[in-house]
Amino acid sequence: MDRRKSIQTIILGAGASALVFHGCKPEGEPTLAEAVAKSDENYFGRTPEELERIEKLNAEKLFTDHELDTIGALSTVILPPKEPNGGPIEADVPNFIEFMGKDQPDLQITLLGGLMWLDHKSNTEYGTDFKSASLEQQKAILDPIAFHDPNKSLDDQALEIQFFYLMRGLTMTGYYTSKVGIADLGYKGNMPNIWDGVPEDVLAQHGVAYDPEWIAKCVDQSKRNDIAEWDEQGNLLT
Amino acid sequence: MQIKESSEMYDVIIVGSGAGGGMATKQLADAGLNVAVVEAGPYFDPADPKTMTQLKWPYESPRRGANTDRVFGEWDMAYGGWDIEGEPYTHAEGTEFDWYRSHMLGGRTNHWGRISLRFGPHDFKNKDHDGLGDNWPISYEDVKPYYDKVDKLIGVFGTKEGRPNDPDGFFLPPPKPRLHELFYIQGAKKTGIPVIPGRLSMLTKRINKDRGVCFYCGQCSRSCSVYADFSAGSCLIFPAQKSGGKVKIFVNSVVREVTTNEEGKATGVSYISKDDRMEYKLKAKVVVLAASACSSARILLNSKSKQHPNGLGNSSDVVGKYLNDSTGASRAGFIPGLMNRKPSYNEDGVGGMHVYTPWWGDNTKLDFPRGYHIEVWGGMGMPNYGFAYNPNAFNKFFGLPVGGYGEGLREDVKKYYGAVIGFGGRGAPVARKDNYCEIDPTTVDKFGIPVLKFNYKWSDFEKLQAKHMQQTFEELIHNMGGELLSPTPTKEEDYGLEAPGRIIHEVGTTRMGDDPKTSVTNKYQQLHDAKNVFIVDAGPFVSQGDKNCTWTILALSWRASDYIIEQLKQQTI
Repeated sequence: MDRRKSIQTIILGAGASALVFHGCKPEGEPTLAEAVAKSDENYFGRTPEELERIEKLNAEKLFTDHELDTIGALSTVILPPKEPNGGPIEADVPNFIEFMGKDQPDLQITLLGGLMWLDHKSNTEYGTDFKSASLEQQKAILDPIAFHDPNKSLDDQALEIQFFYLMRGLTMTGYYTSKVGIADLGYKGNMPNIWDGVPEDVLAQHGVAYDPEWIAKCVDQSKRNDIAEWDEQGNLLT
Repeated sequence: MQIKESSEMYDVIIVGSGAGGGMATKQLADAGLNVAVVEAGPYFDPADPKTMTQLKWPYESPRRGANTDRVFGEWDMAYGGWDIEGEPYTHAEGTEFDWYRSHMLGGRTNHWGRISLRFGPHDFKNKDHDGLGDNWPISYEDVKPYYDKVDKLIGVFGTKEGRPNDPDGFFLPPPKPRLHELFYIQGAKKTGIPVIPGRLSMLTKRINKDRGVCFYCGQCSRSCSVYADFSAGSCLIFPAQKSGGKVKIFVNSVVREVTTNEEGKATGVSYISKDDRMEYKLKAKVVVLAASACSSARILLNSKSKQHPNGLGNSSDVVGKYLNDSTGASRAGFIPGLMNRKPSYNEDGVGGMHVYTPWWGDNTKLDFPRGYHIEVWGGMGMPNYGFAYNPNAFNKFFGLPVGGYGEGLREDVKKYYGAVIGFGGRGAPVARKDNYCEIDPTTVDKFGIPVLKFNYKWSDFEKLQAKHMQQTFEELIHNMGGELLSPTPTKEEDYGLEAPGRIIHEVGTTRMGDDPKTSVTNKYQQLHDAKNVFIVDAGPFVSQGDKNCTWTILALSWRASDYIIEQLKQQTI
């Protein structure tokens, strides 16, 4: 940045709070890693109001310890852990479900009622609560409720079927949005890279190919850092 | 409480800091004018680590990216939404309009789709072609030099195609298609509709030393920390400051009205500070409104005085009228040919479509007057809340049971990952005087400012266009060997046509024209009724094309800014 130039950087609210703009980039071409601004790990981009709401939800408690354990047991039957990427417990699924129940209160009755149903059923059939039942007993309880009718609205199906569908959904989405779940999926994105087309083996697997005429118009990534210049007709010269 | 008045006399006050306000800030400050920008929301810089969401993982959020707080998901960079607490709007009975607002420096440009299409020659003269609505008082040739300059200043990728109503520009080279887009290209060709590289304002190539180059994270909706996408702050307002421009930004400042003098000329604005809930006044020679089409109309209608009893600029009674949003309908399909993908590579790409379909039809042979384009989505995206929720839903297409538990769910997730393609149709509506917003005298917001009441209904023109979109989508899915994920929307469902406002391309509330009796501004976006007030958001649009409005807002704001500079030199305002 040219320090000789005066920069009008004052941001004026009524409180006359000042904030200095410091968006200067070093001269020369930064590497990809350098080019990406380092974000603050203590935030995930929340506004003060949003952070406040999260803190408020974190201070509340929705499930008892027993219920959280039951959620852990049920989620582990839904998606058993597998090396090397663990399962719902490694993905922090019970706490995630606790948070979602507070964040989206519409889920609460189905979750709380469903957990009661689960223990009631287990006690009635096997004389023990669900989390203490054997895997075989747990499966026997789940088998009749694990398949909803996809051609019927879920609202018109039994509560225990709705409950299982919800728990299965939250377990699966909770796992696959966790660090271990993303590793299990094999997703390779969310990091700086230079996109230069679909790999050959993938094209072959799916039976498609690039049209050479189309590709000829696409970006030449070896020139991505050359500043764009055009002729008067809009033809790119660089 | 007394209103506090600043003694400083600015050359220009700009209300709003999105596309229109950002461009006016850049041009007017670069010309040496003393500019005050008044923004309703907080300061925002995409590079600020505290507010940044780019490259965050879903597990950094306790709700894994769910949309409880931000309607387009936890990571979306818009502070606002369809509803803002304490700032309501109302509707006339039996009508619909959803109003999306984002209150922050840069406004909605921080999260928008960056689809940057020029209006074509036809789009400025619709009435000549179909007899509906009105022509603009300007033509494509008037705007072309500004589109060219916007392309070069901000950067947009695309290809020269020579299509008559989709003008080419000064393009950066586009990215190569992703796998699902190769399937789309095949499907579109089989359907007999055109498909060309997308046109989006992301830097696939460097355009200057101050902005970075795209690193293909696909997260433009989170606002780019290296300024490789177009946001009004990073590409217009900060550069204007950096090159020494006199730009004062008033944040958290909600403009109530434009103040006027005995001669009816604007003297400045009054605003309410969100920080202390006090009212303040600023003075300037020129006031430029860029608060968004509806917000600017609201400010004008609320600016009543002896000289402007019907609201400022409203002697024609046209302020708020002709409100129109792009049409939208969507559909998605499951494509068996995209099953069992190898997630061996990063295919995030740019944050939007690498290919799209511009309008191809001849409306003289169709039962609706205006066209639409098709946006395409799909691919192996980053998981967020909702991902894998119903992991084997597509089993139904193979006659297999849906549901269950156990080890096999892992395989189901991987089998179907990235096997969906979706379409959004975005079309041109017909602007009508009887679709409008007005002041609701019964309701104020928490700042005591009377709010807008909307009155909007689609006509058969738009509904039949949506019907055509659905037919095209079904044909495309079929031609890709796919299965539709939802049944055909019925006539009673308006063929899936989204409610007005949902596409967030609202324009037309302060339309331009040569006749002060039927328009609000002249062709330079200057109020007929007050020579020192200009509107540089989408309010002055006479109609839409089957395009997105932002590139045209930018070009016209630049054009209006040049006019303001010239008029100030000649001392006519």
